[in-house]
Amino acid sequence: MNSFTYHRATAVQDAVQDKAGHDGSAYIGGGTNLIDLMKENVARPTHLVSVGKLPLADIENLPDGGLRLGATASNADTAWHDEVKSRYPLLNQAILAGASPQLRNAATNGGNLMQRTRCYYFYDLATPCNKREPGSGCSAIGGFNRVCGILGTSESCIATHPSDMCVALAALAPTVRVSGPGGERSIAFDDFHRLPGNQPEKDNTLEPGELILSIDLPKEGFNKNFSYLKLRDRSSYAFALVSVAAALELDGNTITDARLALGGVAHKPWRDQAAEDLLKGQPATVETFARAAAKVLEGAQGHGSNDFKVELARRAIVRALKQAAEGTQTASDVFQNSNP
Amino acid sequence: MSTTNYIGKPTSRVDGPAKVTGTARYAGEYAVANLAYGYVVSSPIAKGKITKIHADEVLALPGVIQVFSHENVPSLAWFDRSYKDLVAPGGSPFRALHDAEIKFSQQPVALVVAENFELARYAASLLRVEYEQEAHETNLETQRAKGYEPGRGKTGFQPPPPPRGNPDKAWEEAPHRMEAEYVHGAQHHNPMELFATTVEWRGDGKITAYDKTQGVYNVQQYLTKIFGLKKDDCRVVNEYMGGGFGAGLRPQYSVFLAVLAALELKRSVRLTLTRQQMFSFGHRPHTLQYLKLAANADGSLAALQHHALHETSHFEDYTENVVNWSGMLYQCENVKLGYQIAKLDVYTPLDMRAPGAASGSVGLEIAMDELAYEAGLDPLEFRLRNYAERDQNQDKPFSSKKLRECYHQGAAKFGWDQRTQAPRSMRDADGKLIGWGIGGGVWDATQQKSAAKASITADGKLTVLSGAGENGAGTYTIMTQIAAETLGLPIEAVTFKLGDTELPEAPLQGGSWTAASVGTAVKNTCEALGEKLLKLAQKMDNSPLKDAKPEDVEFVNGQIRLRADANQAVVLRDVLQASGETKVEADSSAMPNMLKQQQYSLHSHNIVFAEVKVDEELGTIHVTRVVNAVAAGRILNLKTARSQVLGSVVWGIGMALMEETVMDHKFGRYVNHNFAEYHVPVNADIHDIDVLFVEEEDDIVNPLGVKGIGEVGMLGVAAAVANAVYHATGKRVRDLPVMIDKLL
Repeated sequence: MNSFTYHRATAVQDAVQDKAGHDGSAYIGGGTNLIDLMKENVARPTHLVSVGKLPLADIENLPDGGLRLGATASNADTAWHDEVKSRYPLLNQAILAGASPQLRNAATNGGNLMQRTRCYYFYDLATPCNKREPGSGCSAIGGFNRVCGILGTSESCIATHPSDMCVALAALAPTVRVSGPGGERSIAFDDFHRLPGNQPEKDNTLEPGELILSIDLPKEGFNKNFSYLKLRDRSSYAFALVSVAAALELDGNTITDARLALGGVAHKPWRDQAAEDLLKGQPATVETFARAAAKVLEGAQGHGSNDFKVELARRAIVRALKQAAEGTQTASDVFQNSNP
Repeated sequence: MSTTNYIGKPTSRVDGPAKVTGTARYAGEYAVANLAYGYVVSSPIAKGKITKIHADEVLALPGVIQVFSHENVPSLAWFDRSYKDLVAPGGSPFRALHDAEIKFSQQPVALVVAENFELARYAASLLRVEYEQEAHETNLETQRAKGYEPGRGKTGFQPPPPPRGNPDKAWEEAPHRMEAEYVHGAQHHNPMELFATTVEWRGDGKITAYDKTQGVYNVQQYLTKIFGLKKDDCRVVNEYMGGGFGAGLRPQYSVFLAVLAALELKRSVRLTLTRQQMFSFGHRPHTLQYLKLAANADGSLAALQHHALHETSHFEDYTENVVNWSGMLYQCENVKLGYQIAKLDVYTPLDMRAPGAASGSVGLEIAMDELAYEAGLDPLEFRLRNYAERDQNQDKPFSSKKLRECYHQGAAKFGWDQRTQAPRSMRDADGKLIGWGIGGGVWDATQQKSAAKASITADGKLTVLSGAGENGAGTYTIMTQIAAETLGLPIEAVTFKLGDTELPEAPLQGGSWTAASVGTAVKNTCEALGEKLLKLAQKMDNSPLKDAKPEDVEFVNGQIRLRADANQAVVLRDVLQASGETKVEADSSAMPNMLKQQQYSLHSHNIVFAEVKVDEELGTIHVTRVVNAVAAGRILNLKTARSQVLGSVVWGIGMALMEETVMDHKFGRYVNHNFAEYHVPVNADIHDIDVLFVEEEDDIVNPLGVKGIGEVGMLGVAAAVANAVYHATGKRVRDLPVMIDKLL
């Protein structure tokens, strides 16, 4: 970890200005990822602008019937919020599937969107990594890539986005409200994270100095038929090998609306609208779900040690859609334990 | 009614309050004045040479005190033997900062010392080191042909016994046969507490090293030989340990570096490794095992072959007993055991909980399951039919062996008779596949030479000292129990101290021998003190014990009394008061009774029953129930013993389902060297675990009748889980850990 200066911002404008005034600076919220990255020398900001105390911690109803999740509200407060539990239980489930209670207490909503990949090589300075050091090469391609992506990868990077919360958000399709030197704007969630292409160092489409203010959920929360399914190498406190957020609107057994997003498979939370379209108007059957899964995985490509993810994702999509159709999942009121 | 009988009781940890209130001090926590802090710089390459170290750039930072590297390390002991610790394998021990050569990835190449930890860490991140890289070889699979039989380098290593019978012919002729290869990758101990050393500079070349180690004497002799220190000038202390599991058996490079810096700077120095650096030294080796078993029509074993190959470093021949157990766990007349190691560009592997046996029991016990299915026999029935009444490796009787009782009691507790033999034949209400499997093993019951000292003061408080180790297993507690019961004192009146080279010498804490070794020394010492107290009691006016011999009296409830007549008693405190002595002391030691012991095979045994539930479509496995039945002689403390076995089962579940350090051969480097990606079980992975200790009396192993339980509980756990997965799914996974992708 290098030496850095620190400023606790008191207002959004103060934060944005302070950041703009310091080259090599970074915003810090809960710090649950950035501090790790600094300790590993993956990130070496010379100045930190703390946004944790900004008045952005509210979770409040929006006039259009949606729900605003303040950027500095903790993941835990968000998951347990009454409006989230009753209207967006998919989000509750996804948040609780991630990290640990301690981390969720510290981590912020804005920070959750900003977490960086958990690719082994990104964290290890002894190995090349295009995301950490553009142009140095990708060690995961041809190396150990169990945690890496199978969709939307590029020749320069096969890393995945590690968030669970963001997979549910991708399905729920909120907008991300940001403020920066150029003023305020909103970004559709699906446009927030990006694919690696030949610039894997860029995780998202934020302009320099932009700060997340809130995540604004639309009215529709799919609170009856939804499922968040996470598959990983142990029952808790591990990143997803594959996770699926599935949400359905049903009229009898006919699917009238559908959302489908995957985690652990791509550089961004992977929502597939073509697969969603394929589900719409169809009966909620395993055959329909299998067709949707096949659609999502068209062009999916393993890289050796993660080849299994293609088949695992196919099965996980079918299972998650099945669970969603059955409508058996509910928001959690207590700490989750894996129940075999 | 006696209230001072403690042995065997589920006594709570006497060190518990100190641990939960934070007063227990760990190696990296001792408050020492004027501390400087070290931070290790690790090599990014696996093989090659350091060509330049740009120390000047870092030394220019205010607050950086020194950068130690091979370029400026003073001349130290020259010969390899000076670097050999008590459990070093054969070869040439690694010497940190000795020369420019890089022998393994993450090798320490420099130590940065600064006024505070943060600065040392920052400076270390800036230190530029240039390397000349050479081709490395880290893949055991490609080095199979280079395997060789090691010499007897290491204490405790036994080359496999010679073959018996004609295993090849017997295999060919038998009706039921199997042969298969089993694999598990490297695993790192990863105790919660990071390796750390605080070296207190006491002036005039004298130091005290507070070091994370399972053997203070081992570290002391290592340091004195290398740095030419007198024993009196080099005190080594370790009072508490946040887990060892074998990682602390050998002195680590951290203690070497910290002491080097302290002696050079004439200043106290603290060095704590990072979690990533916890992957930079010894580990359970990546092991390949080939098993070839056959059974006769009656289910008796016709032939058994077990061959193992595992990695070692280029500089030492690490050895462990992987295959020998297979020659003694079951009755078989045709046996051939083979054992080889192969050199890789890695650090030397290191004993990890049940070294050798944990690996060997994976191969043997899965193979036994496979053969049971070939022979159409229930796996437990198959084991009962091949029960070894005698150790055929040594051709000796067992001093005691209650494995059959383990089988029966474990099966009853688990409900094994409800099992249906066919794979995929059991499901739960949700349709998940259920599998039941077993696995077990055998471990040495050994005793090492050990000394202790005891003193009792006029107020009746007893202090017992022995330089033993406590890695969290419960040593403080069981020694306190033994001392309290031997002298009939309330447990609160007894203090046991350990982990200090100023105390009487005790062996390393390892091999499950602490209870037997140090326990016997404590017992002998307290008995010697008892004899002195009896003599003082006999000097009292009208002593009812005047003519009593030591064997005529017992120490109970704070009294010395006649065994024949409990009313003829004196109060211990009165004895001390009457004697006018402020303190009465005794010291003694204990040695194994070789004459008696060498006629027998001394071993503990266990059998593990495991239940898994498998979601076949998704490949997820949950170990929902485990029963571990253990025969390990007398159990000194049911509570701490149970905890040890619970921990062993958790280890075994980790070995079965998730633990593996993955090597990227392109870089010759472990890629998942952190706790995010090196997975050990979390609470959500662990469900019901039952521990049974069957009664096993043994007056041959040692006077206490204990065999030790640090290792035996781990045996067979991983195999039982893998066998249960087969029973559930019909898929035989021979490559541990059994992760999701292997069941898809």
